[in-house]
Parts: sequence; C-alpha cells; structure tokens
Amino acid sequence: MVEELVLEFEVRGLDFAAVGEASGSIKRTLQQVGMEASLVRRAAVCAFEVETNIVIHARRGVVRARISPQRVVVEAEDEGPGIPDLELAMQEGYSTAPAYVREMGFGAGMGFSNMRRCSDHMEVSTEVGKGTRVRLVIEVGKA
Amino acid sequence: MSQGGYFHSVRLDLAKCKGCTNCIKRCPVEAIRVREGKARIMEERCIDCGECVRVCPNHAKYVVTDGLERLQDFRCRVALPAPAFYGQFRPDVPPGAVLAALLGAGFDGVFEVAVAAEAVTLATRAYLERGMPRAARPLISSACPAVIRLMQVRFPTLLPHIIPVETPMEIAARLAKEEMARERGVNPREIGAFFITPCAAKVTAAKQPEGSLVSSVDGVLSMSAMYAEVLRRLPDVDLSGELHRSSGMGIGWGAAGGEGRALGTGTVLAVDGIHNVVTVLEEVERGTLSDVDFIEAQACVGGCIGGPLAVQNPFISRVRMRRLVEEYGKRGPGVDEAEVRRRFRQGFFDMVKPIGPRPVLRLDEDVTRAIRKMDRLEKTLARLPGLDCGACGSPTCRALAEDIVRERAFETDCIFQLREHLEELAERMVQLTRIVPPALSRDKAPGGGGGGEPEDRG
Ligand code: SF4
Ligand code: SF4
Repeated sequence: MVEELVLEFEVRGLDFAAVGEASGSIKRTLQQVGMEASLVRRAAVCAFEVETNIVIHARRGVVRARISPQRVVVEAEDEGPGIPDLELAMQEGYSTAPAYVREMGFGAGMGFSNMRRCSDHMEVSTEVGKGTRVRLVIEVGKA
Repeated sequence: MSQGGYFHSVRLDLAKCKGCTNCIKRCPVEAIRVREGKARIMEERCIDCGECVRVCPNHAKYVVTDGLERLQDFRCRVALPAPAFYGQFRPDVPPGAVLAALLGAGFDGVFEVAVAAEAVTLATRAYLERGMPRAARPLISSACPAVIRLMQVRFPTLLPHIIPVETPMEIAARLAKEEMARERGVNPREIGAFFITPCAAKVTAAKQPEGSLVSSVDGVLSMSAMYAEVLRRLPDVDLSGELHRSSGMGIGWGAAGGEGRALGTGTVLAVDGIHNVVTVLEEVERGTLSDVDFIEAQACVGGCIGGPLAVQNPFISRVRMRRLVEEYGKRGPGVDEAEVRRRFRQGFFDMVKPIGPRPVLRLDEDVTRAIRKMDRLEKTLARLPGLDCGACGSPTCRALAEDIVRERAFETDCIFQLREHLEELAERMVQLTRIVPPALSRDKAPGGGGGGEPEDRG
C-alpha cells in the first residue's frame, strides 16, 4: 500500500514557455486527491516558485511533490550557479534575475518570501558552482 | 429537475449520436465519454458551456429550453431579451422593432436585459468604490454562468474573486416584475418572466441558480426559436410604443469586452472562449495578474453573441453590435443612477448565497484512498501509449487511466494495449500448439514421420 505519492518533473533552464507545467500538474493532482483548497493554493505557489527559479537561474533541475494524507512536500534540485549570499537572496525584493527576465514578469525577488509565506517549513541548501536544493513542507490542516 | 440531483441543460439525442468521439476532446471538464458506440455526458460534471453542442457534426447535442406553451401558466408575461438578441437582425432593424415584434409573440410586456445590465454596471461601480479586499484581486465577473460553474469544478480556490453582484438576467426579472405589478396592479406572483437565452448555461442558471436561492426567471426561451417568431412579425410591427430604453452601455454587454467597457474603471482583462478562460484563470491562480483589477470572462467566443443558441455568425453580429453601441452610446442609461445606488445599499443587487466549490473531479471522498487511487492512476498511465487518440472513448490517456481507477473502464479499452495483449495471446497459442500431449508423442517419435509437425520442434 502506498502512503506517499511521488510526482517528479524535469525542468529545463530558460524554457519560459513551459513555466507552470510542473506546478500546474501538481495543483491538479492535489485537487483530484481532495486536498483542501487553501492547501492546494499554498502548495501550488511553492511549486510555481521553485519551478520558475530553475527556469530563470539553472541549466536544468527537477521538481518533486511528495503527497501524503498528512503533508505535501515540494522539493527542487537544480544544476546551476548556486547562491553566493543566501541571507541576502532570502530578502524580499532582492533579485539576481537578469533585466530581460524581469521584463517578462519573472524574478521580482519575491520567490523565497512567497515560499516562506506559503509553507510551514523551509530548507534551502546551496553550493556555488554546483546547484541549489529547496525543500518546502506544507502540513495538512494548518491553514 | 432531475430527482434531487444536479440539473444541467445540455443533453444528448442517443438516436443521432454516431459515437464519433468529436465531442470528447472539446469538453473543458472532460465530462464526455463514448461507450458502446454512444456519447455519455457525466451529468454532475457538465458546466453547460455548449462546446459539445457546437462541435457535434450530427447535431446530437441539444439544449433543453421551455416551449412557448409555458406562457399559458401565467396571467401576465414579460419577455426578457438578452442584449445579444439585437445583434441577430439586419442593420436596418432597430432594437425598438425587435422589441415590438417580440411583444406580439404572446407577451404583455418586454423588459430589456440590456437595461438591467446598465443597473448591474452601476451597482458594480458602487461595489468597487467600497474598496476591494486585497486578497481577492483581480475580481471576476459573475455574469457568465458557464464560467462560474467552470470555477466551481476546476478553480475552487478562485471563487472568492467573483463579484457578489447578481447577473443582468436575474436583475431584469426582478425589475420587470416590479414594474409590471406596479403598472397593472397585479400580484407579482401572477407574472411570468421569460428570458430569451443565447445559451445553455443561462437555462441552468435560471433553473438552478448559484448566487440566489430561487431565480425570478420563470421560463427560458431559446434565442433561435424567438428569432423566427420575431422575424415573422417584423413586417407589420407597430413602432409607436417606444419600447427601447437601453443605451450603448447595456447593449454592449452582448459582445465580448462590452461589460468591461461599460464599467469604465480600473484595468480590465476581457477573455472569451472557454479554453482561453481556462488559461487566464490558471494565471490568476498563480498570482501573476496583480496588475489587473477586473476580469470579464465569457465562455463563448465573441461573448454572448457567440452563444450556441444564437443564429447569426458571431463575427457578423459583432459588427452590428458595435454599430448599435455607437448609435445609442450618447443617450443616458435606461435606469436612474441615484436609484440604483440607493437599492445597492439596500442589498437589492447582492448575491445572497456564497458560491461554493463542486469537487466532482475528486478521486475519492477519503484523502488516503484518493492518494492510493492517484498512485494507481499514474502507474496505469505509464503503461498507456500517451497518444491521446480518443479511440477508447475517453478524451486522453490520463482520462482513461482515471476511468480505469474509477472502475468505469478497462485497460484493454486502449486499442494499443489490446493489440499487445493479443500479440502475447497469439504467441502463447503458437507455443501451445507445439506442446504435444504424451499420448500422441509416441506415434510421432523421431523417424515416425508424422506430417503436420512443426519442423523446429525439439
Ligand atoms: S456542455 Fe460543455 S461541459 Fe457540458 S458536456 Fe458539453 S462540452 Fe462538456
Ligand atoms: S458567454 Fe454568454 S452566451 Fe456564452 S455561456 Fe456565457 S452567458 Fe451564455
């Protein structure tokens, strides 16, 4: 018997046309398993933020959702430049996205603050020149 | 209404359906399957968008409306033509003539829904002036019932964005009854209000309203049927009655973009066509549309003039609607603004019932079981070819996987799976023919020269 459903999506860097595919599928799945609307919304925002981060900053990566009756965990791992100053990057409005990306409406520096706002637990580990891993936990029943 | 269940107005004529599968892919909520050679609508899922009505080459999908005989049930009857009705006629037919001809078709009065649309526009302005709650931006129009039902099924998190102001159809019925009761001294209960509809969704909205407990609309007549009635009476119509009151503000509601233009404030995004509406709502859900204040979303391409019960080509009626909006753009609305504001404050325009979600796409009531089913769904999907060919009668491979998990279909409904299965079976049969029962193998010992034996046996 499965207690955890794992969905995994490959995301390619700079593929702006595909932004939202992974988070969209995760959202649909959560809805279909009958998760509460507010949880679906929070998890979808988390998934969307990690997905866009990969597209903007990395060469490639994966977005994963682990779904169980108790919680939803959104994970992302990428092969990219890593984040030199994590504390700075976490600040609201701070962005290292290039100008042309920001012109497209992405990378406004709200990524990490959105993730923090929408998750109950957040872990980020990063290594310059290697990549970044993000783990976001959203507990069921905690609006 | 179906017994205690969910009412919807798009139906299938089994005799006409050839099971061609054209409709299954167009449905925005995957409500149609073809089984045993006939399409089936999963009733509780259907949002009455009318896509399948338009796409069916055999005209097997239809919209249930009321017949004119329903007029007999009331002492007084008032017709409520949707703004899109004006766009159905030749440019030399003014709205006044349409209304006069309509009156001749068995009504005691007409009340333009365009006038109610003006009232709703003014009430919406008053609502916006109250200042909008930040979380619910952008606000979404409540006017198209197919969009509302789409949101209940596919975008439940966005329901708080809907402006809780009643629709022009509903307001028209209420105002028409008030007016007629006052003028003729009859009991409002003896008045029947008949909406002339361009679509199935409005039929459903009248029979099973979402924002109010009961609708004031008593009957819904098809626009195409009433078009014929009006056309017949146009030549000898009496134009002295001055029935036409609405201005460009209200008439414009009949075509895409008109509602937003009438509102005339804030940044408006107008989207038409149900599949386009889906993509815009997905953006709203992601929170990327913070620069938009108001979304006007209509299920039909072109807006209500593109409704499945409209007769005219929507691109032609769009030109006509535009001309009417220009022609009557300068005159003031057919309602008094101060009066609308006064009644808005009294709650006349409020939706009294919150619009709740309808989670019909959920795999199971119990989350743990639903997660298990989803796991099985994903694994089943991985075995399917991913061609979304529709030959199984489900719109996509994912939908078939879902049907299998819901025990409404089998994996061998997929013709590719079936073929693989048959291949395996055929191989097994060949193998079986090579196994010789011991009783025979004595006769057919090497050198015995049995004729029919495979040569490679050994
Ligand atoms: S009316 Fe729309 S929702 Fe209903 S079955 Fe047809 S396509 Fe699907
Ligand atoms: S756009 Fe107009 S005609 Fe089409 S479904 Fe919505 S309300 Fe009906």
